Amino acid sequence: MIYLLLFWEFFKIGLFSFGGGYAMIPLMQEACAKHNWIDENMMLNYIGVSESTPGPIAINLATFIGSSQGGLFGAVIATLGVVLPSFVIILIIATLLKTFIKNRYVQAVLKGIRPVVVGMILFTGISFLLSVINVYPVNGDVSVLAICIISVLFIVGTSYKILTKKNIPTIVIILLAGCMGLLYLI
Amino acid sequence: MPLPKPQGKCKKLKNKYLDLFLTFFYVGLVTFGGGYAMINVIREIVVEKKHWMTEDEISDVIVIAESTPGPIAINLATYCGYKVKGFLGSLLATIGVVLPSLIIIFTISMFFDKFIANKVVAAIFMGIKCAVVYLIVTAGIRMFKKMKKNWYTLTVTVLIIAAMAVLSVFSVSFSNIYFILIGGFLGLIIFGFLQKKEGGKS
Repeated sequence: MIYLLLFWEFFKIGLFSFGGGYAMIPLMQEACAKHNWIDENMMLNYIGVSESTPGPIAINLATFIGSSQGGLFGAVIATLGVVLPSFVIILIIATLLKTFIKNRYVQAVLKGIRPVVVGMILFTGISFLLSVINVYPVNGDVSVLAICIISVLFIVGTSYKILTKKNIPTIVIILLAGCMGLLYLI
Repeated sequence: MPLPKPQGKCKKLKNKYLDLFLTFFYVGLVTFGGGYAMINVIREIVVEKKHWMTEDEISDVIVIAESTPGPIAINLATYCGYKVKGFLGSLLATIGVVLPSLIIIFTISMFFDKFIANKVVAAIFMGIKCAVVYLIVTAGIRMFKKMKKNWYTLTVTVLIIAAMAVLSVFSVSFSNIYFILIGGFLGLIIFGFLQKKEGGKS
């Protein structure tokens, strides 16, 4: 039963995630909250691992959540579910409808969806931020250290961007933040 | 004996399938951070090394991948596999790109609960969680900057954030999928039908 549920939830996620990997995070977060699979804290850990291992984040995250709920078979089912919609859609486009994407009505729908996805990702980012610094939901004191770490990351990331005109590599951010995390031991 | 000839043919075909599988397995194995980092690796291999697609073709496919749901790397693998060797090719390329993630993450997930119980690891992950917040917020900001700004996109972005905040505070369950459907519907009406009329008049 859990396998069917995993497949269905991840199939929906795969079908509705327009705009790449990050667009999936709000949908996965929602599915996990709805079925009590993993809490927000664990979700952030999983995303951290998914960002620091090879492969698309969405696939890594699907495998991780699937595995936590149903072992190896759960991992395979969740990954299959998330991949299947794009696989089928791309096949249809490749075989029959090469001009489908250029159709004005399809473009109109995509134009309508784009700001929704941007809003969803921004909201998810803000809500994760509030959760990590313990502002909302309230879970003990406000974490000053988390605020400091995030501020340092923003300063480093922004300086890097200004100096090199490139985005700072993800793995650098993860390593930097992981090292600063050691301060929690003090 | 007429056997050797078809056998030779089979072997050649098999190699191409194997090539697709291994190439995309490699892509899945070496690309960190997914998405756009992967696009460049795939472009290099598929266009410059293997000559499976031309530069123009892959640009078209990237546009398609960005406009269809699902991870871009998967979309590219599926399309490229299909172009080179039809349905079976697309299947093998897609499995190839997904498999490294599946193996690596499944292995990690078996030990993760014990791993995170360690005090030092837990502290490191407190830091990594901050990194995740940074990455998601900056991804959101980057997408916002890239988005064409007009009354529609700005209103919708703000409304979505406000609506999700209200729903979250009052613990109302309303699937994000509905927001996407509503956005698609509004886009169809506004950009598909209404703007067409304006265009017709002028």
